[in-house]
Amino acid sequence: MSKWLNPRSAFGIALIAAALIALPFVAAMGGQAWVRILNFAILYVFLALGLNIVVGFAGLLDLGYIAFYAVGAYTYALLASPHFGLHWPFWVILPIGAAVACFFGVLLGSPTLKLRGDYLAIVTLGFGEIVRIFLNNLNAPINVTNGPQGITLIDTVAFGDFRFSGTSQVLGVSLSGPQKYYFLLVALAIFVIIINLRLQNSRIGRAWQAIREDEIAAKAIGINTRNLKLLAFAMGASFGGVAGGVFSAMQGFVSPESFSLIESIMILAMVVLGGMGHIPGVILGAVLLSILPEVLRYGVGPLQMALFGKMLIDPESLRMLIFGLALVLVMRFKPAGLWPSPERKRELSEKRAGAV
Amino acid sequence: MAEVLLAAKAVAKHFGGVKALRDVSLSIREGEIYGLIGPNGAGKTTFFNCMTGLYIPDGGGFDFAGAPLKADAPHQAAERGIARTFQNIRLFANMTALENVMVGRHVRTAAGVLGAMFQNRATRAEEAAIRQRAEDLLHYVRIEDRADDLAKNLSYGDQRRLEIARALATEPKLLCLDEPAAGMNATETEELRDLIEGIRRDGTTILLIEHDVKLVMGLCDRVAVLDYGALVIEDVPAVVQKDQRVIEAYLGA
Ligand SMILES: Nc1ncnc2c1ncn2[C@@H]1O[C@H](COP(=O)(O)OP(=O)(O)O)[C@@H](O)[C@H]1O
Ligand SMILES: [Mg+2]
Repeated sequence: MSKWLNPRSAFGIALIAAALIALPFVAAMGGQAWVRILNFAILYVFLALGLNIVVGFAGLLDLGYIAFYAVGAYTYALLASPHFGLHWPFWVILPIGAAVACFFGVLLGSPTLKLRGDYLAIVTLGFGEIVRIFLNNLNAPINVTNGPQGITLIDTVAFGDFRFSGTSQVLGVSLSGPQKYYFLLVALAIFVIIINLRLQNSRIGRAWQAIREDEIAAKAIGINTRNLKLLAFAMGASFGGVAGGVFSAMQGFVSPESFSLIESIMILAMVVLGGMGHIPGVILGAVLLSILPEVLRYGVGPLQMALFGKMLIDPESLRMLIFGLALVLVMRFKPAGLWPSPERKRELSEKRAGAV
Repeated sequence: MAEVLLAAKAVAKHFGGVKALRDVSLSIREGEIYGLIGPNGAGKTTFFNCMTGLYIPDGGGFDFAGAPLKADAPHQAAERGIARTFQNIRLFANMTALENVMVGRHVRTAAGVLGAMFQNRATRAEEAAIRQRAEDLLHYVRIEDRADDLAKNLSYGDQRRLEIARALATEPKLLCLDEPAAGMNATETEELRDLIEGIRRDGTTILLIEHDVKLVMGLCDRVAVLDYGALVIEDVPAVVQKDQRVIEAYLGA
């Protein structure tokens, strides 16, 4: 049985494909809100895998990743909304968004990548906040970002006449807007998964791992550590930019408050909690951390009513409490993440055995 | 007489008040096994670090294969053809032995991100060649049966061999070994000696830092002695062995 479920076998692939196709219809039974939650889960998978290149592969602690997402989102918003009266097609803007985010990645990376661990984390954290504050304030003297009000009426994704908002018929099946976006997001996620897998087992991926293991030895065998770190940074940033563009189009609205520090931390938590550097783990982390809060949002209120007959604790606080507790427990009992790569698991368990 | 491969010209390095290297000048000829000896703290490792770009010398510099070596650029030193091992072994501990050697091919290969993404024919061919070469090198240093073990799980002697294989993967003109026999027993040392001689026969010049005077004197074509960061003598082993200053440096230490 487990052999059949192996994602590499034809049967495994067919099973996963069937599940992925059925999912948005199952979710729609609970209402379109659940399809949207699903969409965000996949968007986070995409983001987490982008950050995984930086944190998991190259070992660079980036606490400002959301800034690149913001850059991509605003690039899309500015080029496809009434704000500047531009309405470029999405397949033109997405690469532009990726390129702009990549440029920002290099801009941030080139002066800072000499810094190690904690210092890099602090600088990237600062960068993330700077970008957000710029977005908040770039409405005067020239109104670029429309400040805290954000940008509205952003164009939806469209291929010619086929628009991703509103319901339409595809092959005789009626698909809602979120359901259409779901399939677009799944396609993008598969793309980023393949890139992650291929990078990991490549000359570049090995060089990243070498840098993570021992930077001095890596230099000594001729790896240009600075360029390779910059490459990881730029690639991660590009993926962030693409995700931001899709976010913009899907929501039709962006404002700076979507890009706060907590978002960066959440994405990092997805990578770390799932299993840093291990692609299936990161996917699991992203899905869990994006869906769990929503389940709690809808679940804790009714649960309290059923148990105690009244609301004892404000559901919003209780939700964050349970969520935080879950994070602490995972890190306590599975320090390498929920689904770590076999090597990393061994590494951590040995360290612990050594400490005793 | 063979061409000079590496020339150190008045290399100086100090750490605060400690003068680790005092205007050291020496030259290594193509094809020789060159020994660098001296008591602990004499500055041998510091010399390696300056040469391979990990430290920036405070004075002087190096010529390698006819052109100056850029200071502060370790990856360029490797690219030019200088490979090294470390006194305290520095392997990529959580990568397999084979992967360690495969990374060593980095500087002689070219596949980039696009190649990895699209897996075009050139990339796949290069990847296969990297793997093949790495397997051959593991065989060369006789640890091919440990190919899939994590580097950290190898025995001490095998780790030293793996480090040499990784260095050889960069196709060096000059291979620098920092105390490769440290911690080895007599048999292992003997095997190491065969390995080093074999590498030289296959055309790589070798710079050897070693504590084991017997090993150095038996193996090296020429030997330089450092003491308190200064070069005492540079000559053939027979002459060095009889030099009064060398005897004093060793006995005095
Ligand atoms: N990074 C460093 N910082 C400070 N002092 C150093 C450093 N590296 C080496 N030294 C000092 O330089 C001297 C030479 O050291 P080293 O080159 O390691 O000697 P050897 O390899 O010959 O035993 C020693 O006094 C050592 O303490
Ligand atoms: Mg030393």
